[in-house]
Amino acid sequence: MTDYVSSNSSEDSRQWDERGFAFWIYLMSDAVIFALLFATFAVMASNTNGGPGGKQLFELRHTFIETMLLLTSSMTFGFASVSVSARNKAATLAWLAVTFALGLGFIGMEISEFHGMIAQGAGPDRSGFLSAFFTLVGTHGLHVGSGLVWIIMLGVETAVCGLTPRVVSHLYRLGLFWHFLDIIWIAIFSFVYLRGIV
Amino acid sequence: MFGKLTIDAIPFYSPIALGGAAITVLGALGVAGLITWMGKWRYLWSEWLTSVDHKKIGIMYVTLALVMLVRGFIDAIMMRTQQAVALHSQGYLPPGHFDQIFSSHGTIMIFFVAMPFLLGLFNVVVPLQIGARDVAFPFLNSVSLWFTASGASLVMISLVIGEFSTAGWSAYPPYAELKFSPGVGVDYWIWTILVSGIGSTLTGINFLVTILKRRAPGMRLMRLPLFTWTALITSLLMVFAFPGLTVAAALLGLDRYLGMHFFVNGGGGNMMNYANLFWIWGHPEVYILILPAFGVYSEVVATFSGKPLFGYRSMVYAVAAIGLLSFMVWLHHFFTMGASADVNAFFGITTMIIAVPTGVKIFNWLFTMYRGRIRFSVSMHFTLGFIVTFVIGGMTGVLLAVPPVDYLMHNTTFLVAHFHNMLIPGALFGYLAGYQYWFPKAFGFRLEPRWGKRAFWAWIIGFYLAFMPLYLLGTMGMPRRLEHYENAAWQPYLLVAELGAVIIMFGIAFLAIQLAVSIRDRVRLRDDTGDPWNGRTVEWATPSPPPHYNFRVIPVVHGKDAFWAMKKEGRPLADPDRLRDIYMPADTSAGVILGGLSFTLAFGMVWYIWWLAILSGIAIWGVLAVRSFVPQPESKISANELALGDGVAP
Repeated sequence: MTDYVSSNSSEDSRQWDERGFAFWIYLMSDAVIFALLFATFAVMASNTNGGPGGKQLFELRHTFIETMLLLTSSMTFGFASVSVSARNKAATLAWLAVTFALGLGFIGMEISEFHGMIAQGAGPDRSGFLSAFFTLVGTHGLHVGSGLVWIIMLGVETAVCGLTPRVVSHLYRLGLFWHFLDIIWIAIFSFVYLRGIV
Repeated sequence: MFGKLTIDAIPFYSPIALGGAAITVLGALGVAGLITWMGKWRYLWSEWLTSVDHKKIGIMYVTLALVMLVRGFIDAIMMRTQQAVALHSQGYLPPGHFDQIFSSHGTIMIFFVAMPFLLGLFNVVVPLQIGARDVAFPFLNSVSLWFTASGASLVMISLVIGEFSTAGWSAYPPYAELKFSPGVGVDYWIWTILVSGIGSTLTGINFLVTILKRRAPGMRLMRLPLFTWTALITSLLMVFAFPGLTVAAALLGLDRYLGMHFFVNGGGGNMMNYANLFWIWGHPEVYILILPAFGVYSEVVATFSGKPLFGYRSMVYAVAAIGLLSFMVWLHHFFTMGASADVNAFFGITTMIIAVPTGVKIFNWLFTMYRGRIRFSVSMHFTLGFIVTFVIGGMTGVLLAVPPVDYLMHNTTFLVAHFHNMLIPGALFGYLAGYQYWFPKAFGFRLEPRWGKRAFWAWIIGFYLAFMPLYLLGTMGMPRRLEHYENAAWQPYLLVAELGAVIIMFGIAFLAIQLAVSIRDRVRLRDDTGDPWNGRTVEWATPSPPPHYNFRVIPVVHGKDAFWAMKKEGRPLADPDRLRDIYMPADTSAGVILGGLSFTLAFGMVWYIWWLAILSGIAIWGVLAVRSFVPQPESKISANELALGDGVAP
């Protein structure tokens, strides 16, 4: 029976909790999307249609560096969150910038991988396996790309408005999103790349 | 510049299709002209379209549902008429047109009648039932509404520009692939599904948070009115099931747009994967449609029997169990796919298990009425009609759950009869009962009961005449979606079904007359008390219609049926000393704008007008970015102002 029930103001601190909770639910819904894409990939993994399979296409070294970039970016986002807790605006912006750079490196490497595959005739229209591969990994990549746009937006917001409760709440949800993508990537690395190579 | 769009997109090829297009365009122009003539555009824009008030959004959802019900019904009676006359002849509809009609009928009835109707009822009722001022995210609520409306507009415009899918409402590949359906019809279907699906997912998140976080003090979960319980479980299902539909439609789109091989015959595709993805959503969807209706029946039975709901706890567990089981039965939609006997047996058994919690509910409703002082209101008529008819549909469902029987019955009109038996007397009767029951809450006057009862009798008699013959035809081996036939033994049954459809048409007309008569006699039918039915739950504690902030003081709840207890014990529901300032979110046009942009995005994608799609996509991002930067304005209603007002209670 706090004031919240009688005020209902959107700037009320309870409102930020609710938004965080709603974002968790959204992530669960998104996780189902990825689960279904993983299931589709599992169904189609051997449907190479006489074309190249994972053994021929995947380069573990490339993917490993990619993975390290993304995992490190999760760590640096963690540092950004610590800076937010300390209400240190400069450090927050710095760590966001590092996170952005790492994420951009990840996307760049993914694009170069996709480009190389398409150039050697192993594009998404080559086989059911490659359709599933490009869609699963590409959907994750699109999420990371949206995350990068979001980092820019919140970076500007942090720089302009400072670490107000509103901005802190925005950064909290961006953090959830970013770490979520990390978890999805670990599953992609294990089930798509490692399994494809053995 | 305009992609695949040329003047040929207008259906000059068929006088009937052109007639449909003309009616759509003239109808839209007529409504626009009427609004202009009445000078109501400003009012409509500022009071309704830009509103974030959950009650107004709910009313707009129900309006959309009723309009689309008429469209979907026109499709239905065109099919019935075709089948009534198409013995040894082509009938009056060319095959391609007939296929579009059954595809759009299913798509419209599921996505733009049933879904908006139940979401409308959620919107009007749930915040009031839990003692909240609004949903947790009013702006998101407005966005969901306009995404749904955008999807409905896509189906409607396909009637005028281009064509709709001929692949049925489920768009099974490989037929729905580019090779066999090269037109824009399936693309319209895909984008309709994607746009409205996003709206439904967002609504699910919104109501989940609202019900879990915005309940009034003392409103524990086990004190929630049953309608709110069904809204909670339905929201969960929407959040977790709709990704299945999104993925199925998106992968089909990737096949069609980018030449991928998800569901095509060759190239390493697997078309059966589509059936799995689609029904992983599709079966929970069935319960998304029926659970809210169960919730309405529970409220109506308790109110009009003057007794608390029998077996409240078992009702809650039954709803939750149905929600859980709904994710474990999807394969029964394609037993004939050729999975092993063990797999089919597993899904057959889980399907039959669902009959148990559903049976529990039926008995609970019966026991609620037992020794009650029943008032035969219009809502109660629909409820009683439901109980009797739904049991028949349930039993035919258990029959179809037996895989060997399903092998004989699949794809026949027996199946068509079964699911219409669940969706009309099951889901739609529930929504109509809820419409009759909560109309005075939303508008301040009751619906005229005599026309309501006439509508009920037309609906139920029409239903039996239209669908019982289809059960028999199914056992005689008549396939569904048949455009013409050579078996003369079928025709008498199809003529009876046609008669049933005509009687249902009277049901719809009587509902329209009821609404018109009620508006005319609104003074006589006015509800001054806010509690026209002697209700039990807290939404009836507000005046009718409630102020936009719902409650002057948030009520404090001490048990189930809190308003009933308050009336019995003469205790106030809320403490007037706790009057505080109220902050409400300001209305915004962003929801309508986003809905419009989602429409142009989808339209551009359907017709390969890439610049339009890209611009719309960027604009959507832009609107969202601007909104996230700028803190949103709120309006304040001060406590002094509230103290002066002489609201009924609380």
